[in-house]
Amino acid sequence: MSGNARDGRLPTAYLQPGSSSFLDFVAGVEPDLLPGARPLPGGLTVETPHGTTIVAAECARGVVMAGDRRATMGNVIASRVIDKVFAADEYSVVGIAGTAGLAIEVVRLYQVELEHYEKIEGAIMSIEGKANRLATMIRGNLGMAMQGLSVVPIFAGFDLDDRRGRIYSYDVTGGCYHEHDHHSIGSGAVFARGSLKKTWHPDMTQEAAVAACLEALYDAADDDSATGGPDVGRRIWPAVAVVDVEGVRFLPDDVLAEAVEALVAARRINPGGAR
Amino acid sequence: MSMPFYVSPEQLMKDKADYARKGIARGRSVVVMQYDRGIVFVAENPQSLRKISEIYDRIAFAAVGMYYEFENLRVAGIRYADLRGYSYDRRDVTARGLANAYAQTLGTVFTQEPKPYEIELCVAEVGRTAEQDQIYRLTYDGSVSDQHGFMVMGGASSQAEERLRGSWKPGLSLADALALAVGTLAVDPAGGEPRRLLPTQLEVAVLDRQRPRRTFRRIVGPLLADLLNADSPTAHAPEADDGIPGHPDILSGVTSEAVVEADPQVPPPSDKKV
Repeated sequence: MSGNARDGRLPTAYLQPGSSSFLDFVAGVEPDLLPGARPLPGGLTVETPHGTTIVAAECARGVVMAGDRRATMGNVIASRVIDKVFAADEYSVVGIAGTAGLAIEVVRLYQVELEHYEKIEGAIMSIEGKANRLATMIRGNLGMAMQGLSVVPIFAGFDLDDRRGRIYSYDVTGGCYHEHDHHSIGSGAVFARGSLKKTWHPDMTQEAAVAACLEALYDAADDDSATGGPDVGRRIWPAVAVVDVEGVRFLPDDVLAEAVEALVAARRINPGGAR
Repeated sequence: MSMPFYVSPEQLMKDKADYARKGIARGRSVVVMQYDRGIVFVAENPQSLRKISEIYDRIAFAAVGMYYEFENLRVAGIRYADLRGYSYDRRDVTARGLANAYAQTLGTVFTQEPKPYEIELCVAEVGRTAEQDQIYRLTYDGSVSDQHGFMVMGGASSQAEERLRGSWKPGLSLADALALAVGTLAVDPAGGEPRRLLPTQLEVAVLDRQRPRRTFRRIVGPLLADLLNADSPTAHAPEADDGIPGHPDILSGVTSEAVVEADPQVPPPSDKKV
Protein backbone atom coordinates (compact mmCIF):
# COMPACT_ATOMS: atom_id res chain seq x y z
CA MET A 1 0.00 0.00 0.00
CA SER A 2 1.22 3.40 -0.93
CA GLY A 3 1.29 6.40 1.37
CA ASN A 4 2.21 4.13 4.23
CA ALA A 5 3.29 5.69 7.48
CA ARG A 6 6.33 4.53 9.42
CA ASP A 7 4.96 1.62 11.47
CA GLY A 8 2.64 0.01 8.92
CA ARG A 9 -0.51 1.41 10.48
CA LEU A 10 -3.03 3.10 8.23
CA PRO A 11 -1.82 6.68 7.65
CA THR A 12 -3.70 9.52 9.31
CA ALA A 13 -5.36 10.59 6.05
CA TYR A 14 -7.17 7.23 5.97
CA LEU A 15 -8.56 7.73 9.46
CA GLN A 16 -9.57 11.38 9.00
CA PRO A 17 -13.33 11.63 9.48
CA GLY A 18 -15.55 13.89 7.40
CA SER A 19 -15.00 13.35 3.71
CA SER A 20 -16.92 10.82 1.62
CA SER A 21 -15.18 11.81 -1.58
CA PHE A 22 -12.65 9.47 -3.15
CA LEU A 23 -11.37 12.32 -5.30
CA ASP A 24 -10.54 14.47 -2.25
CA PHE A 25 -8.94 11.50 -0.52
CA VAL A 26 -6.68 10.65 -3.49
CA ALA A 27 -5.80 14.34 -3.92
CA GLY A 28 -4.50 14.19 -0.34
CA VAL A 29 -2.63 10.88 -0.32
CA GLU A 30 -1.66 10.21 -3.93
CA PRO A 31 -2.20 13.25 -6.14
CA ASP A 32 -0.22 11.67 -8.99
CA LEU A 33 -3.09 9.29 -9.58
CA LEU A 34 -5.37 12.17 -10.61
CA PRO A 35 -5.33 13.09 -14.28
CA GLY A 36 -5.47 16.84 -13.67
CA ALA A 37 -2.68 16.95 -11.09
CA ARG A 38 0.20 15.87 -13.32
CA PRO A 39 2.71 18.47 -14.49
CA LEU A 40 2.70 18.95 -18.26
CA PRO A 41 5.57 19.88 -20.54
CA GLY A 42 4.64 23.23 -22.02
CA GLY A 43 4.19 24.16 -25.65
CA LEU A 44 3.86 20.68 -27.12
CA THR A 45 0.83 19.00 -28.51
CA VAL A 46 0.68 15.28 -28.96
CA GLU A 47 -1.55 13.34 -31.25
CA THR A 48 -3.79 11.00 -29.27
CA PRO A 49 -6.94 9.01 -30.03
CA HIS A 50 -10.14 11.03 -29.85
CA GLY A 51 -13.61 9.82 -29.14
CA THR A 52 -16.30 11.24 -31.35
CA THR A 53 -20.10 11.39 -31.21
CA ILE A 54 -22.44 10.65 -28.27
CA VAL A 55 -26.17 11.38 -28.21
CA ALA A 56 -28.64 11.30 -25.33
CA ALA A 57 -32.40 11.67 -25.37
CA GLU A 58 -35.04 11.69 -22.66
CA CYS A 59 -37.92 9.30 -23.04
CA ALA A 60 -40.98 8.41 -21.02
CA ARG A 61 -39.69 7.61 -17.49
CA GLY A 62 -36.08 7.40 -18.44
CA VAL A 63 -33.26 8.37 -20.70
CA VAL A 64 -31.30 6.78 -23.55
CA MET A 65 -27.63 7.35 -24.40
CA ALA A 66 -25.88 6.07 -27.50
CA GLY A 67 -22.40 6.41 -28.92
CA ASP A 68 -20.64 5.37 -32.10
CA ARG A 69 -17.65 3.03 -31.78
CA ARG A 70 -14.93 4.99 -33.54
CA ALA A 71 -11.82 6.70 -32.13
CA THR A 72 -9.72 8.79 -34.49
CA MET A 73 -6.16 10.07 -34.40
CA GLY A 74 -5.84 12.73 -37.05
CA ASN A 75 -6.92 11.03 -40.25
CA VAL A 76 -6.29 7.55 -38.86
CA ILE A 77 -9.01 5.42 -37.33
CA ALA A 78 -7.48 4.51 -33.98
CA SER A 79 -10.22 2.06 -33.06
CA ARG A 80 -13.46 0.86 -34.54
CA VAL A 81 -14.67 -0.97 -31.45
CA ILE A 82 -14.03 1.53 -28.66
CA ASP A 83 -16.76 1.90 -26.01
CA LYS A 84 -17.54 5.47 -25.09
CA VAL A 85 -20.70 5.00 -23.06
CA PHE A 86 -20.17 3.74 -19.50
CA ALA A 87 -22.40 2.98 -16.54
CA ALA A 88 -21.34 5.42 -13.82
CA ASP A 89 -23.38 3.66 -11.15
CA GLU A 90 -26.68 1.78 -10.88
CA TYR A 91 -28.76 4.76 -12.11
CA SER A 92 -26.55 6.84 -14.37
CA VAL A 93 -24.39 6.67 -17.48
CA VAL A 94 -21.64 8.84 -18.81
CA GLY A 95 -20.51 9.21 -22.41
CA ILE A 96 -17.21 10.73 -23.43
CA ALA A 97 -15.79 12.72 -26.30
CA GLY A 98 -12.32 14.15 -26.58
CA THR A 99 -8.95 12.64 -25.65
CA ALA A 100 -9.86 8.98 -25.18
CA GLY A 101 -7.10 7.97 -22.74
CA LEU A 102 -7.83 10.81 -20.34
CA ALA A 103 -11.56 10.44 -20.71
CA ILE A 104 -11.47 6.77 -19.78
CA GLU A 105 -9.34 7.61 -16.76
CA VAL A 106 -11.85 10.28 -15.70
CA VAL A 107 -14.70 7.80 -16.07
CA ARG A 108 -12.91 5.16 -13.96
CA LEU A 109 -12.23 7.71 -11.26
CA TYR A 110 -15.82 8.89 -11.43
CA GLN A 111 -17.18 5.37 -11.05
CA VAL A 112 -15.09 4.85 -7.91
CA GLU A 113 -16.13 8.28 -6.62
CA LEU A 114 -19.82 7.36 -6.78
CA GLU A 115 -19.36 3.87 -5.34
CA HIS A 116 -17.12 5.24 -2.56
CA TYR A 117 -19.77 7.76 -1.53
CA GLU A 118 -22.45 5.06 -1.64
CA LYS A 119 -20.46 2.78 0.68
CA ILE A 120 -19.39 5.44 3.17
CA GLU A 121 -22.71 7.28 3.37
CA GLY A 122 -24.93 4.24 2.90
CA ALA A 123 -27.02 6.31 0.47
CA ILE A 124 -27.13 7.08 -3.24
CA MET A 125 -25.98 10.54 -4.25
CA SER A 126 -28.67 12.81 -5.72
CA ILE A 127 -28.58 13.26 -9.48
CA GLU A 128 -27.47 16.91 -9.15
CA GLY A 129 -24.76 15.78 -6.74
CA LYS A 130 -23.47 13.29 -9.28
CA ALA A 131 -23.55 15.89 -12.07
CA ASN A 132 -21.60 18.33 -9.89
CA ARG A 133 -18.95 15.77 -8.92
CA LEU A 134 -18.29 15.15 -12.59
CA ALA A 135 -18.01 18.91 -13.16
CA THR A 136 -15.35 19.08 -10.42
CA MET A 137 -13.31 16.44 -12.22
CA ILE A 138 -13.53 18.19 -15.59
CA ARG A 139 -12.55 21.48 -13.92
CA GLY A 140 -9.42 19.82 -12.55
CA ASN A 141 -8.48 18.97 -16.11
CA LEU A 142 -8.51 22.54 -17.46
CA GLY A 143 -4.72 22.81 -17.71
CA MET A 144 -4.64 19.77 -19.99
CA ALA A 145 -7.60 20.99 -22.00
CA MET A 146 -5.67 24.17 -22.79
CA GLN A 147 -2.93 22.03 -24.27
CA GLY A 148 -5.37 20.25 -26.52
CA LEU A 149 -6.07 17.28 -24.22
CA SER A 150 -9.66 18.10 -23.47
CA VAL A 151 -12.30 15.75 -22.11
CA VAL A 152 -15.93 16.61 -22.58
CA PRO A 153 -18.44 14.19 -21.10
CA ILE A 154 -22.19 13.96 -21.26
CA PHE A 155 -24.00 12.64 -18.21
CA ALA A 156 -27.47 11.14 -18.03
CA GLY A 157 -29.27 9.48 -15.21
CA PHE A 158 -32.54 8.57 -13.61
CA ASP A 159 -33.68 11.05 -10.99
CA LEU A 160 -34.91 8.89 -8.11
CA ASP A 161 -36.75 11.82 -6.49
CA ASP A 162 -38.65 13.06 -9.55
CA ARG A 163 -38.79 9.68 -11.25
CA ARG A 164 -37.58 10.88 -14.65
CA GLY A 165 -34.50 10.93 -16.83
CA ARG A 166 -32.12 13.89 -16.83
CA ILE A 167 -29.27 14.92 -19.10
CA TYR A 168 -26.30 17.15 -18.21
CA SER A 169 -23.67 18.53 -20.54
CA TYR A 170 -20.26 20.04 -19.73
CA ASP A 171 -17.71 22.38 -21.18
CA VAL A 172 -13.92 22.16 -20.76
CA THR A 173 -13.94 24.65 -17.86
CA GLY A 174 -16.19 22.32 -15.85
CA GLY A 175 -19.38 24.22 -16.55
CA CYS A 176 -22.33 21.89 -15.98
CA TYR A 177 -25.60 22.48 -17.83
CA HIS A 178 -28.90 20.73 -17.39
CA GLU A 179 -30.12 19.89 -20.89
CA HIS A 180 -33.77 19.53 -21.74
CA ASP A 181 -35.12 16.85 -24.05
CA HIS A 182 -31.94 15.73 -25.83
CA HIS A 183 -28.31 16.60 -26.41
CA SER A 184 -25.23 15.45 -28.29
CA ILE A 185 -21.48 15.97 -28.00
CA GLY A 186 -18.39 15.27 -30.06
CA SER A 187 -17.31 16.00 -33.60
CA GLY A 188 -20.55 14.82 -35.19
CA ALA A 189 -22.74 16.56 -32.59
CA VAL A 190 -24.01 19.24 -34.95
CA PHE A 191 -25.45 16.72 -37.39
CA ALA A 192 -26.75 14.47 -34.62
CA ARG A 193 -28.48 17.38 -32.93
CA GLY A 194 -30.14 18.44 -36.16
CA SER A 195 -31.39 14.91 -36.63
CA LEU A 196 -32.68 14.56 -33.06
CA LYS A 197 -34.42 17.93 -33.33
CA LYS A 198 -36.60 16.49 -36.08
CA THR A 199 -37.19 13.00 -34.70
CA TRP A 200 -37.48 13.60 -30.95
CA HIS A 201 -40.81 14.37 -29.35
CA PRO A 202 -41.93 14.47 -25.71
CA ASP A 203 -42.93 11.23 -23.98
CA MET A 204 -41.37 8.99 -26.59
CA THR A 205 -41.34 5.32 -25.68
CA GLN A 206 -37.93 3.84 -25.01
CA GLU A 207 -38.00 1.95 -28.32
CA ALA A 208 -38.70 5.17 -30.19
CA ALA A 209 -35.98 7.08 -28.32
CA VAL A 210 -33.46 4.32 -29.10
CA ALA A 211 -34.46 4.48 -32.77
CA ALA A 212 -34.12 8.28 -32.78
CA CYS A 213 -30.64 8.05 -31.22
CA LEU A 214 -29.55 5.47 -33.80
CA GLU A 215 -30.87 7.72 -36.60
CA ALA A 216 -28.95 10.65 -35.13
CA LEU A 217 -25.71 8.65 -35.01
CA TYR A 218 -26.27 7.51 -38.59
CA ASP A 219 -26.74 11.12 -39.68
CA ALA A 220 -23.60 12.15 -37.81
CA ALA A 221 -21.60 9.38 -39.49
CA ASP A 222 -23.04 10.44 -42.83
CA ASP A 223 -21.55 13.91 -42.64
CA ASP A 224 -18.70 13.69 -40.11
CA SER A 225 -15.67 11.63 -41.10
CA ALA A 226 -14.67 11.04 -37.46
CA THR A 227 -17.94 9.35 -36.52
CA GLY A 228 -18.27 5.67 -37.32
CA GLY A 229 -21.47 4.41 -38.89
CA PRO A 230 -22.91 0.99 -38.01
CA ASP A 231 -20.67 -1.70 -39.48
CA VAL A 232 -23.12 -4.28 -40.84
CA GLY A 233 -20.35 -6.41 -42.33
CA ARG A 234 -18.38 -6.84 -39.11
CA ARG A 235 -21.52 -6.56 -37.01
CA ILE A 236 -20.25 -3.69 -34.89
CA TRP A 237 -23.19 -1.74 -33.50
CA PRO A 238 -23.33 1.56 -31.64
CA ALA A 239 -23.31 1.24 -27.84
CA VAL A 240 -26.76 2.02 -26.46
CA ALA A 241 -27.61 2.36 -22.77
CA VAL A 242 -31.07 2.80 -21.30
CA VAL A 243 -31.60 4.17 -17.77
CA ASP A 244 -34.91 3.93 -15.98
CA VAL A 245 -36.36 3.04 -12.60
CA GLU A 246 -34.80 -0.43 -12.89
CA GLY A 247 -31.34 1.02 -13.38
CA VAL A 248 -28.87 1.02 -16.26
CA ARG A 249 -28.86 -1.62 -18.94
CA PHE A 250 -26.97 -1.85 -22.20
CA LEU A 251 -28.91 -3.18 -25.15
CA PRO A 252 -27.68 -6.61 -26.26
CA ASP A 253 -26.27 -7.13 -29.74
CA ASP A 254 -29.28 -8.99 -31.14
CA VAL A 255 -31.66 -6.13 -30.24
CA LEU A 256 -29.24 -3.60 -31.73
CA ALA A 257 -28.71 -5.67 -34.86
CA GLU A 258 -32.44 -5.73 -35.51
CA ALA A 259 -32.85 -1.98 -34.94
CA VAL A 260 -29.81 -1.00 -37.01
CA GLU A 261 -30.64 -3.32 -39.88
CA ALA A 262 -34.16 -1.88 -40.02
CA LEU A 263 -32.68 1.61 -40.10
CA VAL A 264 -30.24 0.78 -42.87
CA ALA A 265 -32.99 -0.90 -44.92
CA ALA A 266 -35.24 2.14 -44.51
CA ARG A 267 -32.49 4.45 -45.70
CA ARG A 268 -32.04 2.43 -48.85
CA ILE A 269 -35.29 3.74 -50.26
CA ASN A 270 -35.26 7.01 -48.32
CA PRO A 271 -31.70 8.33 -47.87
CA GLY A 272 -32.82 11.18 -45.61
CA GLY A 273 -34.03 8.77 -42.97
CA ALA A 274 -36.94 9.08 -40.54
CA ARG A 275 -38.62 12.42 -40.03
CA MET B 1 7.86 18.13 39.54
CA SER B 2 6.62 14.86 40.91
CA MET B 3 8.04 11.57 39.73
CA PRO B 4 5.49 9.24 38.13
CA PHE B 5 4.99 5.90 39.83
CA TYR B 6 6.80 3.00 38.22
CA VAL B 7 4.44 0.64 36.48
CA SER B 8 5.87 -2.55 35.02
CA PRO B 9 5.22 -3.07 31.27
CA GLU B 10 3.33 -6.29 32.03
CA GLN B 11 1.00 -4.46 34.37
CA LEU B 12 0.53 -1.61 31.90
CA MET B 13 -0.45 -3.94 29.07
CA LYS B 14 -2.67 -6.01 31.31
CA ASP B 15 -4.49 -2.89 32.51
CA LYS B 16 -5.01 -1.70 28.96
CA ALA B 17 -6.23 -5.12 27.85
CA ASP B 18 -8.64 -5.37 30.78
CA TYR B 19 -9.94 -1.91 29.99
CA ALA B 20 -10.51 -2.74 26.31
CA ARG B 21 -12.06 -6.13 27.09
CA LYS B 22 -14.52 -4.64 29.54
CA GLY B 23 -15.60 -2.03 27.01
CA ILE B 24 -16.14 -4.65 24.32
CA ALA B 25 -18.03 -7.07 26.58
CA ARG B 26 -20.55 -4.37 27.50
CA GLY B 27 -22.02 -4.28 23.98
CA ARG B 28 -24.22 -6.74 22.16
CA SER B 29 -22.69 -9.55 20.08
CA VAL B 30 -22.27 -9.93 16.35
CA VAL B 31 -22.30 -13.38 14.74
CA VAL B 32 -20.55 -14.11 11.45
CA MET B 33 -20.91 -17.50 9.82
CA GLN B 34 -20.61 -19.34 6.54
CA TYR B 35 -23.77 -20.67 4.91
CA ASP B 36 -24.17 -22.64 1.70
CA ARG B 37 -24.01 -19.62 -0.62
CA GLY B 38 -21.71 -17.25 1.21
CA ILE B 39 -21.14 -15.54 4.55
CA VAL B 40 -23.86 -14.08 6.74
CA PHE B 41 -23.47 -11.33 9.37
CA VAL B 42 -26.04 -10.94 12.13
CA ALA B 43 -26.03 -8.20 14.76
CA GLU B 44 -28.58 -7.28 17.36
CA ASN B 45 -28.77 -3.62 16.45
CA PRO B 46 -32.08 -1.79 16.36
CA GLN B 47 -30.44 1.55 15.52
CA SER B 48 -29.52 3.05 12.21
CA LEU B 49 -25.85 3.34 13.28
CA ARG B 50 -24.58 0.29 11.46
CA LYS B 51 -22.19 -2.37 12.71
CA ILE B 52 -21.93 -4.23 9.42
CA SER B 53 -20.73 -2.69 6.20
CA GLU B 54 -19.61 -3.36 2.66
CA ILE B 55 -15.91 -2.73 2.04
CA TYR B 56 -15.44 -3.97 -1.51
CA ASP B 57 -16.83 -6.39 -4.08
CA ARG B 58 -16.35 -9.54 -2.01
CA ILE B 59 -15.26 -8.08 1.34
CA ALA B 60 -17.34 -6.97 4.28
CA PHE B 61 -16.68 -5.62 7.74
CA ALA B 62 -18.40 -6.10 11.09
CA ALA B 63 -17.50 -4.59 14.44
CA VAL B 64 -18.47 -4.35 18.08
CA GLY B 65 -17.50 -1.80 20.71
CA MET B 66 -17.16 1.97 20.50
CA TYR B 67 -19.04 3.22 17.46
CA TYR B 68 -16.83 6.19 16.60
CA GLU B 69 -13.68 4.11 16.77
CA PHE B 70 -14.82 1.34 14.46
CA GLU B 71 -16.63 3.77 12.16
CA ASN B 72 -13.28 5.47 11.60
CA LEU B 73 -11.67 2.15 10.74
CA ARG B 74 -14.56 1.18 8.49
CA VAL B 75 -14.12 4.35 6.43
CA ALA B 76 -10.36 3.80 6.38
CA GLY B 77 -10.96 0.28 5.07
CA ILE B 78 -13.20 1.52 2.26
CA ARG B 79 -10.58 4.12 1.34
CA TYR B 80 -7.83 1.49 1.42
CA ALA B 81 -9.84 -0.90 -0.76
CA ASP B 82 -11.04 1.69 -3.26
CA LEU B 83 -7.55 3.13 -3.70
CA ARG B 84 -6.11 -0.35 -4.13
CA GLY B 85 -8.79 -1.32 -6.63
CA TYR B 86 -8.38 1.93 -8.54
CA SER B 87 -4.62 1.80 -8.89
CA TYR B 88 -4.40 -1.97 -9.49
CA ASP B 89 -7.53 -3.90 -10.37
CA ARG B 90 -10.73 -4.85 -8.59
CA ARG B 91 -9.49 -8.43 -8.21
CA ASP B 92 -6.36 -7.27 -6.38
CA VAL B 93 -8.20 -6.14 -3.28
CA THR B 94 -8.00 -8.87 -0.64
CA ALA B 95 -9.31 -9.31 2.86
CA ARG B 96 -5.87 -10.45 4.02
CA GLY B 97 -4.25 -7.15 3.00
CA LEU B 98 -6.95 -5.19 4.73
CA ALA B 99 -6.80 -7.35 7.87
CA ASN B 100 -3.03 -6.71 8.05
CA ALA B 101 -3.49 -2.95 7.74
CA TYR B 102 -6.13 -3.04 10.48
CA ALA B 103 -3.95 -5.23 12.70
CA GLN B 104 -1.02 -2.83 12.42
CA THR B 105 -3.26 0.09 13.25
CA LEU B 106 -4.90 -1.59 16.25
CA GLY B 107 -1.52 -2.83 17.50
CA THR B 108 0.14 0.56 17.26
CA VAL B 109 -2.73 2.29 19.01
CA PHE B 110 -2.68 -0.38 21.74
CA THR B 111 1.03 0.02 22.49
CA GLN B 112 1.53 3.72 21.84
CA GLU B 113 -1.63 5.57 22.76
CA PRO B 114 -2.83 6.01 26.34
CA LYS B 115 -6.26 4.58 25.51
CA PRO B 116 -6.57 1.43 23.40
CA TYR B 117 -9.41 0.98 20.90
CA GLU B 118 -12.37 -0.66 22.62
CA ILE B 119 -13.37 -2.59 19.55
CA GLU B 120 -13.23 -5.98 17.94
CA LEU B 121 -13.46 -6.38 14.18
CA CYS B 122 -14.26 -9.02 11.62
CA VAL B 123 -13.08 -8.78 8.03
CA ALA B 124 -14.54 -11.45 5.76
CA GLU B 125 -14.10 -12.26 2.13
CA VAL B 126 -16.32 -14.58 0.17
CA GLY B 127 -14.41 -16.82 -2.25
CA ARG B 128 -15.47 -18.66 -5.39
CA THR B 129 -15.98 -21.78 -3.28
CA ALA B 130 -16.69 -22.24 0.42
CA GLU B 131 -13.10 -23.44 0.95
CA GLN B 132 -11.81 -20.09 -0.29
CA ASP B 133 -13.89 -18.04 2.15
CA GLN B 134 -11.86 -16.10 4.68
CA ILE B 135 -13.04 -14.81 8.04
CA TYR B 136 -10.55 -12.84 10.11
CA ARG B 137 -11.01 -11.76 13.70
CA LEU B 138 -9.07 -8.70 14.84
CA THR B 139 -8.91 -7.78 18.49
CA TYR B 140 -8.14 -4.51 20.32
CA ASP B 141 -4.41 -5.33 20.63
CA GLY B 142 -3.91 -6.02 16.94
CA SER B 143 -3.89 -9.80 17.02
CA VAL B 144 -5.41 -11.47 13.98
CA SER B 145 -6.82 -14.93 13.75
CA ASP B 146 -8.27 -16.87 10.89
CA GLN B 147 -11.67 -18.28 11.84
CA HIS B 148 -13.18 -21.45 10.46
CA GLY B 149 -16.85 -21.43 9.67
CA PHE B 150 -18.14 -18.98 12.26
CA MET B 151 -17.22 -16.44 14.89
CA VAL B 152 -18.91 -14.38 17.60
CA MET B 153 -17.58 -11.15 19.00
CA GLY B 154 -18.77 -8.74 21.68
CA GLY B 155 -20.89 -9.52 24.74
CA ALA B 156 -20.41 -13.00 26.14
CA SER B 157 -18.74 -14.15 22.94
CA SER B 158 -16.69 -17.08 24.22
CA GLN B 159 -19.70 -18.91 25.68
CA ALA B 160 -21.64 -18.20 22.50
CA GLU B 161 -18.83 -19.61 20.35
CA GLU B 162 -18.68 -22.68 22.53
CA ARG B 163 -22.38 -23.23 21.88
CA LEU B 164 -22.01 -22.70 18.12
CA ARG B 165 -19.17 -25.18 17.93
CA GLY B 166 -21.69 -27.94 18.68
CA SER B 167 -24.44 -26.80 16.33
CA TRP B 168 -22.82 -25.13 13.30
CA LYS B 169 -22.04 -27.30 10.30
CA PRO B 170 -20.97 -26.49 6.74
CA GLY B 171 -23.65 -26.08 4.07
CA LEU B 172 -26.44 -24.57 6.18
CA SER B 173 -29.13 -22.78 4.19
CA LEU B 174 -29.48 -19.04 4.82
CA ALA B 175 -32.66 -19.57 6.85
CA ASP B 176 -30.97 -22.24 9.02
CA ALA B 177 -27.86 -20.13 9.50
CA LEU B 178 -30.00 -17.15 10.51
CA ALA B 179 -32.00 -19.23 12.97
CA LEU B 180 -28.76 -20.49 14.52
CA ALA B 181 -27.25 -17.00 14.71
CA VAL B 182 -30.38 -15.42 16.17
CA GLY B 183 -30.65 -18.29 18.68
CA THR B 184 -27.09 -17.56 19.74
CA LEU B 185 -27.76 -13.84 20.15
CA ALA B 186 -30.93 -14.51 22.12
CA VAL B 187 -29.25 -16.60 24.83
CA ASP B 188 -29.10 -14.90 28.22
CA PRO B 189 -25.50 -15.19 29.46
CA ALA B 190 -26.76 -15.16 33.05
CA GLY B 191 -28.63 -18.39 32.34
CA GLY B 192 -32.19 -17.00 32.19
CA GLU B 193 -34.86 -17.50 29.54
CA PRO B 194 -33.64 -16.72 26.00
CA ARG B 195 -34.93 -13.39 24.71
CA ARG B 196 -37.23 -13.10 21.72
CA LEU B 197 -35.59 -11.08 18.96
CA LEU B 198 -37.82 -9.42 16.36
CA PRO B 199 -36.59 -8.86 12.79
CA THR B 200 -36.66 -5.10 13.45
CA GLN B 201 -34.06 -5.54 16.20
CA LEU B 202 -31.60 -7.23 13.86
CA GLU B 203 -29.08 -6.01 11.35
CA VAL B 204 -28.46 -8.76 8.80
CA ALA B 205 -26.25 -8.77 5.73
CA VAL B 206 -24.71 -11.36 3.43
CA LEU B 207 -21.81 -11.72 1.05
CA ASP B 208 -23.51 -13.77 -1.64
CA ARG B 209 -21.01 -15.96 -3.50
CA GLN B 210 -23.15 -16.17 -6.65
CA ARG B 211 -23.55 -12.49 -7.36
CA PRO B 212 -21.33 -10.81 -9.91
CA ARG B 213 -19.12 -7.89 -8.81
CA ARG B 214 -20.57 -6.37 -5.60
CA THR B 215 -21.74 -9.31 -3.50
CA PHE B 216 -22.78 -7.48 -0.32
CA ARG B 217 -26.52 -7.27 0.37
CA ARG B 218 -28.41 -6.09 3.43
CA ILE B 219 -31.39 -8.28 4.16
CA VAL B 220 -34.31 -6.28 5.51
CA GLY B 221 -38.09 -6.03 5.68
CA PRO B 222 -40.38 -8.80 4.49
CA LEU B 223 -37.49 -10.95 3.22
CA LEU B 224 -35.82 -10.99 6.64
CA ALA B 225 -39.11 -11.75 8.39
CA ASP B 226 -39.73 -14.58 5.91
CA LEU B 227 -36.27 -16.08 6.37
CA LEU B 228 -36.61 -15.95 10.16
CA ASN B 229 -40.09 -17.45 10.16
CA ALA B 230 -39.67 -21.19 10.69
CA ASP B 231 -43.06 -21.88 9.05
CA SER B 232 -42.22 -20.04 5.84
CA PRO B 233 -40.70 -22.01 2.96
CA THR B 234 -38.17 -19.23 2.16
CA ALA B 235 -34.71 -20.66 2.78
CA HIS B 236 -32.55 -18.58 0.45
CA ALA B 237 -32.10 -14.99 -0.57
CA PRO B 238 -33.52 -14.34 -4.04
CA GLU B 239 -31.05 -14.18 -6.90
CA ALA B 240 -32.67 -11.11 -8.43
CA ASP B 241 -32.28 -7.70 -6.84
CA ASP B 242 -35.17 -5.67 -5.48
CA GLY B 243 -37.73 -4.13 -7.77
CA ILE B 244 -37.77 -0.93 -5.72
CA PRO B 245 -35.42 1.82 -6.79
CA GLY B 246 -32.89 2.74 -4.17
CA HIS B 247 -29.58 1.74 -2.69
CA PRO B 248 -28.43 -1.29 -4.67
CA ASP B 249 -27.34 -3.26 -1.60
CA ILE B 250 -30.83 -3.56 -0.09
CA LEU B 251 -32.66 -6.86 -0.44
CA SER B 252 -36.14 -6.64 1.03
CA GLY B 253 -38.02 -9.14 -1.12
CA VAL B 254 -40.41 -6.40 -2.33
CA THR B 255 -41.20 -6.92 -6.01
CA SER B 256 -41.73 -4.13 -8.48
CA GLU B 257 -45.45 -5.01 -8.80
CA ALA B 258 -45.98 -4.21 -5.14
CA VAL B 259 -44.25 -0.85 -5.54
CA VAL B 260 -46.30 0.06 -8.59
CA GLU B 261 -49.45 -0.30 -6.54
CA ALA B 262 -48.06 1.81 -3.75
CA ASP B 263 -46.61 4.51 -5.99
CA PRO B 264 -48.48 5.34 -9.19
CA GLN B 265 -45.53 7.38 -10.49
CA VAL B 266 -43.52 4.24 -11.10
CA PRO B 267 -44.24 2.83 -14.55
CA PRO B 268 -45.81 -0.60 -14.84
CA PRO B 269 -43.09 -3.09 -15.74
CA SER B 270 -44.75 -4.15 -19.01
CA ASP B 271 -43.67 -1.45 -21.49
CA LYS B 272 -40.16 -0.99 -20.23
CA LYS B 273 -38.27 -3.66 -22.07
CA VAL B 274 -36.70 -2.40 -25.25
